Amino acid sequence: MPLTPEIPPGDLRRDEPRAYLWTLNFGPQHPATHTTLRIVLKLDGERVVDAMPEIGYLHSGFEKLGEHLDFNQYVTITDRMNYCSAAANNVAWHMAVERLLGIEVTPRCRYLRVIAAELSRIADHLVCNGAVGLDTGAFTYFVYAFNPREPIYDIFEALCGARFTTSYTRVGGLAHDATPEAIDMIRLFLREFPRTLDDMERLLDRNRIFVDRTKGVGVLSREEAINRGASGPIARASGVARDLRRDEPYLGYDEFNFDVICATGGDCYARYLVRMAEMRESLKIVHQAIENLPGGPVNVGVGERTALPDKRAVHSTIEGLITHFELSMTNRGFEVPCEEVYSAIESPSGELGFYVVGDGSPRAYRARTRPPSLVHFSLFPHLIRGHRLSDVVAVLGSLNVIAGELDR
Amino acid sequence: MSETLAAVEALKKAYPGVAADAFRGQQRLVAPAAAAHDVLRALKEEHGFDFLADITCVDYLDYPGAADRYGVVYVLVNTATSARLVVRARVNDPEPTVRSVVDLWAAADWLEREVWDLFGIRFEGHPDPRRLVLPDAFEAHPLRKDYPLQGHGERHNHPVVTRENEEQYPG
Repeated sequence: MPLTPEIPPGDLRRDEPRAYLWTLNFGPQHPATHTTLRIVLKLDGERVVDAMPEIGYLHSGFEKLGEHLDFNQYVTITDRMNYCSAAANNVAWHMAVERLLGIEVTPRCRYLRVIAAELSRIADHLVCNGAVGLDTGAFTYFVYAFNPREPIYDIFEALCGARFTTSYTRVGGLAHDATPEAIDMIRLFLREFPRTLDDMERLLDRNRIFVDRTKGVGVLSREEAINRGASGPIARASGVARDLRRDEPYLGYDEFNFDVICATGGDCYARYLVRMAEMRESLKIVHQAIENLPGGPVNVGVGERTALPDKRAVHSTIEGLITHFELSMTNRGFEVPCEEVYSAIESPSGELGFYVVGDGSPRAYRARTRPPSLVHFSLFPHLIRGHRLSDVVAVLGSLNVIAGELDR
Repeated sequence: MSETLAAVEALKKAYPGVAADAFRGQQRLVAPAAAAHDVLRALKEEHGFDFLADITCVDYLDYPGAADRYGVVYVLVNTATSARLVVRARVNDPEPTVRSVVDLWAAADWLEREVWDLFGIRFEGHPDPRRLVLPDAFEAHPLRKDYPLQGHGERHNHPVVTRENEEQYPG
């Protein structure tokens, strides 16, 4: 196959008469991209005239794989999408599958999923804000932000055995029930993390250099945010009071008391503040969930025939044995309707949706991911035009683009 | 929810060929490709569905009981009421084409490019109809059902650019 002999036409061609403009290639392997993406910048001195993002360096065909792996196997792939908050992806995927199959999970499973999703939201916001700090010169803040991720990953290790790529959920339940040790670790984290959060706020919220570099930079108006599909903290920082946890409650989020954090600035600083405040709200949710954690089973019963029963049920009851057999045989398994369904959660970076099509087989006929990173990265040229070269890293960091999810 | 139902009923009256159904509480519209843009504009301008959450596509090549080859899926949200509506446009070979909605939502830009890239659906009137994630020289549309999981061997045929022959491959 021949390579295209010319550079693809894009926005850059419009500026041809202005030959004095510089073209700067930013990425795909640059420390400040934090991930594999590339931006071709058109510069007038230090001012960015235009930016042309190029993506696809991490395209690994996840959606094609989703058509060849069954509903439980694919959860390992969702870990690798937004790897900063793997548990939230797991929850989103299996919520979509359960909606397709019509399964109602148990209260204990709902609460544990909420805890996992909110802890991963804290971890994700720490990475994102830490990286914004790092790129704008606040190295100490970055270290403060990365340190508390350690206890979060310890909690995930106690919950499901893996620290980073959790693969925590299963159809109709979870891989493991929470042990008392894991619950104690979460309680300890809830006690200790607010102190770190206070430190972080004191370090950066009123830091003159940081505020100068982020305030008024990369402003996204409310109308543009809606029109361009922004969701999550980015939309809320622009004044769009939209949070799927409140607006389309899933997993019983309506049972928890929390605030939807909004700002009106729409700039990098507002996005930073929204993420900082959201971590406190997540702590509130985890606190309520852990103190009201329901008892009972974590997986749906054998009657539903979706989650593997525990070994005691397999060895001592006929229903347990039959369920185990039915789920383990390749020609049996789930009963899947020939239908399609869209289901979304409020992931740390925005609306993470899955469009799942079932065709009667235990594999998805189509497993579409609605990645917040893709939509948010397409905002980038709009946000950076007219700003300076040094603002590129501030805007890019505040969008929280994760290439694993961007390219899939 | 009732407002969504009213919008669905109004659109069914206004555009012949539009069908509606619901599954697990999710309202859905099915429109012929030619009417899709008008239906989406009416939903945005008259019924308050101002947020385009997603555009994707499903290839129904070997789907049980499917009459059309592709379904282009639009997921819309009304940000005031949080109502959600899924609109599907039926598209067929040999020239699968649907009108671009970039004029309605700027968010459609990359989403439509991705569908073109992976499914080969043309979006008429798209301002920048390039591939999104795959290389520009790539010829296939790999999320189609007739494309094998391990590919058609594109990687093996890819030229190796060295210092000796790099003039042949600018860019």
